[in-house]
Amino acid sequence: MSPINFVYLASVLFAIGAAAVLLRRNAIVAFMGVELMLNAANLTLVAFSRMHGVLEGQIMAFFVMVVAAAEVVVGLAIIIAVFRSRQTISLDEPTELKG
Amino acid sequence: MLSVSWLLIALPLVSFFGLMLAGRRADAWGHWAGVGVSGATALIGIIAFFEMVGRTASERSESVHLFTWFSGGELNLDAGLLLDPLSLTFVLLITVVGTLIHVYSVAYMEHDPRRRMFFAYLNLFIGAMLLLVTADSYLLLFVGWEGVGLASYLLIGFWNHKAEYATAANKAFVVNRVGDMGLILAMGLMFAHFGSLSFADVFSASAGASTAVLTAIGLALLLAAAGKSAQFPLQSWLGDAMAGPTPVSALIHAATMVTAGVYLIVRSGVIYDGAPDARLVVAIVGALTLVIGAIIGSAKDDIKKALAASTMSQIGYMMLAAGLGPIGYAFAIFHLVTHGFFKAGMFLGAGSVMHGMNDQVNMRRFGALRSAMVITWATFGFGWLAILGVPPFSGYWSKDKIIEAAFVGEGWQPWVFGLTALIGAGITAFYMSRLFFMTFHGKARWTDEQHPHESSLLMTVPMMILAAGSALLGAIMGVGNRFQNWLEPVTGAHGHEEPVLSVPVLTTLTLLLVAAGVALAYWMYLRKPVPIEPPPGSLAILAARDDLFQDSVNRAVFQVPGTHLTRTLVYADAAIVDGAVNKQATGVAWFGEASRRFQSGRVRSYALLMMLGFVVIAAILVVGG
Repeated sequence: MSPINFVYLASVLFAIGAAAVLLRRNAIVAFMGVELMLNAANLTLVAFSRMHGVLEGQIMAFFVMVVAAAEVVVGLAIIIAVFRSRQTISLDEPTELKG
Repeated sequence: MLSVSWLLIALPLVSFFGLMLAGRRADAWGHWAGVGVSGATALIGIIAFFEMVGRTASERSESVHLFTWFSGGELNLDAGLLLDPLSLTFVLLITVVGTLIHVYSVAYMEHDPRRRMFFAYLNLFIGAMLLLVTADSYLLLFVGWEGVGLASYLLIGFWNHKAEYATAANKAFVVNRVGDMGLILAMGLMFAHFGSLSFADVFSASAGASTAVLTAIGLALLLAAAGKSAQFPLQSWLGDAMAGPTPVSALIHAATMVTAGVYLIVRSGVIYDGAPDARLVVAIVGALTLVIGAIIGSAKDDIKKALAASTMSQIGYMMLAAGLGPIGYAFAIFHLVTHGFFKAGMFLGAGSVMHGMNDQVNMRRFGALRSAMVITWATFGFGWLAILGVPPFSGYWSKDKIIEAAFVGEGWQPWVFGLTALIGAGITAFYMSRLFFMTFHGKARWTDEQHPHESSLLMTVPMMILAAGSALLGAIMGVGNRFQNWLEPVTGAHGHEEPVLSVPVLTTLTLLLVAAGVALAYWMYLRKPVPIEPPPGSLAILAARDDLFQDSVNRAVFQVPGTHLTRTLVYADAAIVDGAVNKQATGVAWFGEASRRFQSGRVRSYALLMMLGFVVIAAILVVGG
């Protein structure tokens, strides 16, 4: 199976993730969309690594995983803090940063 | 005594600060301290003079180094005094006449609660004026120059509770600043081209300088001299300066300070040697002012303003002489000294008249004062004869020499300058006789509450001494060209030159014109009654009463356009400079307002924008890459 298919799959996953971030109001779902996009990117990295026969892409994927793990910690903490203060996790509710 | 000549400046300045700081405690004796200090400077001056006379002519110059003023890199400025025949002549004039006027002021200012301040200012003036004439560099001269300007300002405005007197002081101050600009410009030019401001360096360097530079310096110095000496076109302040107490008018605005311009020109003679055009302008300014002052003097009814116009005219004579070159320098200073005596004497006489007439200055309210104040009449009469140039009074020795010198030369100059000086002598005779007759002769035109009386001895004795000077000084200095020989180390020698008309003819002509002037005044103001209200005169008389429209001209030429210029500048500042900045700020604010709308605070719209941004970047990479 040609590795290019993984790239197609990654594109589809990225599109789904992006759609989830842009379209869903639920912060948890949008967050899952972000994770999906990150993993789509990981998949492309690994696929290109395989296609070119070099290891840099795979190393990069590990970095992304570490960053994603850290990002989950921070992101979930923000969501919980928002929920505590206003009893909702809708993304459209907090607009305090309006200019 | 020459080596301690710094005391000449230090003593009056110490006295000034002492009297200012001592406060009311010194009210009882402050005026005598002022007189004492002035007398001490006169004593030092006289001793120094005789020390100098005892030397041979070639050694009559003494430099006294005081201290290094400041030094940095190539710039070294030393403060020092230069004592030579010219500066000592001035020292004598300033200290002797100054002391007499100090004594006079003790009585004249007796009822003024601020008499101590008056003497402090007078001492300040004496100190600054002596610094001006003894300084050995233009920079130190400038310090004295500003010092006398300050003293003049303080004393003109001494009675500044009257708004118009305060305005007169401001006017004198402002006009003098215009002249000071000339002196600063001249110093800047000297420094740029010669690298030094001391007389010795500048004069030795100017021998090799270009005519253009010397002409520029000469004209700038002339501007300075015109400001200080009330010469055309900066003459307008002198008439108003009569707002000051009369002793001030006598000392500062007749005898000494206003002659500082003549001193400056004569002192800078070497510069004018290399700039004949500038020298010609000096002579023209002098001749013009001579006529302007004489015309104004003929129409004024205010005794002090008439005398002020006369001062202006007489300084015009000095300027004219100074503009004639080495032939005239000695006569300019000669006339300056004799004028210092007779004009100060006449001003003190006018002060005595005002003292006895409840401060009345309108000559149409005087008349027949000879019987009431005989000493004032006699001393004033000596001054009158002296300014007329009646032999053997001192004006004859000095003014006639200027007229003769003005007739020396070739081409049109001797005729124009000579005839101007000659006719000026006739007009001088007219207006001074008019003043004398209106004040002391004719019918009494006093108001009911006026009871004229002779002044006390404190006032009359200085007047008598000055009158003696008016009578004798010219002969003492003039016989055998004594004064010219004395000044020769400074002014330089010049060969004997014959005027275009022979000397006896000129003397006769001058005396005839003087006699005609006196006769005209006699006929108009003694034979005919003097009306108390000034008659409505012709346009010429009205113009002369209004100082030949000098204020209107200044207003139209300088003040109004100046006001418009500043208003335009203020408008341009608001519209263009401020406008540019403000418009810029408005633009930034508008941009901020527009970009603010993107900051909706909604997370999802940020995400969308981010996505769009990535898409755009990706598109650019794909298309461009």
